[in-house]
Amino acid sequence: MTAIAEARTSQGATPAESAGSTTAKVFNYPLNAWYVAAWDHEVTRKPMARRIANQPLALFRTEDGRAAALADACWHRLAPLSMGKTVGADGIQCPYHGIVYNSAGRCVSMPAQETINPSATVPSYPVIERYRYVWVWLGDPTQADPDLVPDMSQMSSDEWAGDGETIHAACNYQLILDNLMDLTHEEFVHASSIGQEELSDSEFETTHDGNRVTVSRWMFDIDAPPFWLKNMRDKFPGFEGKVDRWQIIHFEAPGTIRIDVGVAQAGTGAHDGDRSHGVNGYVMNTITPETDRTSHYFWAFMRNYRLDSQLITTQLRDGVHGVFGEDETMLKAQQDAIDANPDHQFYSLNIDAGGMWVRRILEKMLDAEGRPAAITQK
Amino acid sequence: MAVDNTEVWQDALVVEAHDVAAGIRRIVLEPEHPVGAEPGSHLDLTVQIDGEPATRSYSIVESRDAGRRLAISVFRAPASRGGSIHMHALQAGDRLRITQPMQNFPLRVGAPRYVLLAGGIGITAILHMARVLKSIKADYRLVYAGRSRNAMAYLSELEAEHGDRLSVHVDDDGTALAVPDLIATVDAATELYMCGPIRLMDAVRRGWTDAGLEAPNLRYETFGNSGWYDPEEFTVRIPRLDIEATVGKGRSMLEALEDAGVEMMFDCRKGECGLCQVKILELDGAVDHRDVFYSKRQQDAGSQMCVCVSRVARPATADGSETGDVPACAHRPAVVTLDVG
Repeated sequence: MTAIAEARTSQGATPAESAGSTTAKVFNYPLNAWYVAAWDHEVTRKPMARRIANQPLALFRTEDGRAAALADACWHRLAPLSMGKTVGADGIQCPYHGIVYNSAGRCVSMPAQETINPSATVPSYPVIERYRYVWVWLGDPTQADPDLVPDMSQMSSDEWAGDGETIHAACNYQLILDNLMDLTHEEFVHASSIGQEELSDSEFETTHDGNRVTVSRWMFDIDAPPFWLKNMRDKFPGFEGKVDRWQIIHFEAPGTIRIDVGVAQAGTGAHDGDRSHGVNGYVMNTITPETDRTSHYFWAFMRNYRLDSQLITTQLRDGVHGVFGEDETMLKAQQDAIDANPDHQFYSLNIDAGGMWVRRILEKMLDAEGRPAAITQK
Repeated sequence: MAVDNTEVWQDALVVEAHDVAAGIRRIVLEPEHPVGAEPGSHLDLTVQIDGEPATRSYSIVESRDAGRRLAISVFRAPASRGGSIHMHALQAGDRLRITQPMQNFPLRVGAPRYVLLAGGIGITAILHMARVLKSIKADYRLVYAGRSRNAMAYLSELEAEHGDRLSVHVDDDGTALAVPDLIATVDAATELYMCGPIRLMDAVRRGWTDAGLEAPNLRYETFGNSGWYDPEEFTVRIPRLDIEATVGKGRSMLEALEDAGVEMMFDCRKGECGLCQVKILELDGAVDHRDVFYSKRQQDAGSQMCVCVSRVARPATADGSETGDVPACAHRPAVVTLDVG
């Protein structure tokens, strides 16, 4: 064996010694947190199946419209309740032997006997409906404080309009957080829509506070990329000229990232707080781990101008759909490469500051749950 | 929330054993593979009864340090089947075989109101729940009933911890619990969790149904170890298989039949699932139904029984009231004649 081969072999054999936990490649997910399980309109009287943080759930609404989440396996022989139907005001019936549970997961009816086995329950999970989403808490229910739902207030505010979609992303959720915490990639991945070389030329500032991280980047006196020129002209018909552009990324643990984005006519004071000569959007993202290597990526684009234009809502949604499709392809390719190179480590760049603070916060949450940050590779 | 109740048997070290009330011993265990225990969970452990291993279930009173220390409390019943005698002999440094914490009695977080009801040693299943409900500032009441104050474990701690939310009912003090009065204070949004002797739990279940309250809001757990009569030795016969066996005070009818070579079907072993039911052909004595599988109507019909927990006894009085102190040896053993599936 050559010296190089020997060194490579030994390095590969002991990655744990050189790789700090901040560079975990497949990231674990906190359970004591609210995750978006579904858009509000997805949850209906007809039960649906969705896996959240590796836990299969049956989601449905009671007769009075309350959303409920139960483990998607009947107590009896584990048939999926999501294949069953809602019955009565509050019940869901197993499709196999007809056992009925209420929305708290307690059995209310059992076939062929006069009593109900007191042990017959399926786990139920705390649910909150807020900001057009159904949120679920999979960890310790005594800690499920409604005040801990991440702020997504632009979704349901009268001052903002817009819509979004869900991407089923073939990667660990943390890769998506990395993607959104550093927008330098726009220059390369989204060259035709929002990318421009000033992105990697400009300074950015990273701050953190508790379970939040903020990354701010301003670009002054630049040409508006195609996406933003169109938006400026929607608000200011015939707009020409240079703009000041901002991207202020707000992360809130464990998986919500709102990006305050916009452009304003150059030199009109947007950086100092006067955005009246510009257009402002909020890219709303909340990422829910599905499995170790797949994620539900809920996004929306909200704007605070021309609120009544369904045309603009649809155009923006479709435009972002195209942009995020480029990310989806990259994220899957990245996950595949990670899995194909188990002996290789992550290294970090200056541009990763935001993403690295996110990892630090997630590690602390996991540590408090007594769980490791890294999921062992396949 | 654990759904997996597959037993993981392991060694545990007894690190503490002392009396916490008359006849009640608190035993603190250090399991080999610690797992935090939720309120309502229990563990199974192996006891020796007359040199034979048997399995008993005990609620986990406290789980400390992510399950590295689990406290249980054992009541030494005057009419013990034998398990509690073994448990009371344990000393710090002893080892025994236990399972991980298992959950059949989960506390649901989020009910508008709670009543927690403990009868006697049943406090062991309730204490942890009360502590959790207090910590999340839930609207709860803790009702603790017993025969005498000195036989009620953890009473002073509970009084200090729960203050006005605790009401104590003591037979010897003339403040016995009146179940109808308790049920009258319960509304449709209240969840009631109870653990105690079968007489108390049956009275609450009947009162609950009569009051038109929703069955799923009444939560309880039974290990089938409490009956209408004290356990005594009796005889079981299966003419079709030409079998006659004696069921000792410390054995279940299921165990005795298996010992006699009868291939029995069963699953839960605590009177819930109904798989072990048998047909009663003839009875010389009274059936002590300790299961929760049959309805009152089915139990009264007297044609079937669950052999995992239910027994046969010969009550001292004709009306079937409690045997009291009459020793089992004072009369002929009861006899039940069965057929099995």
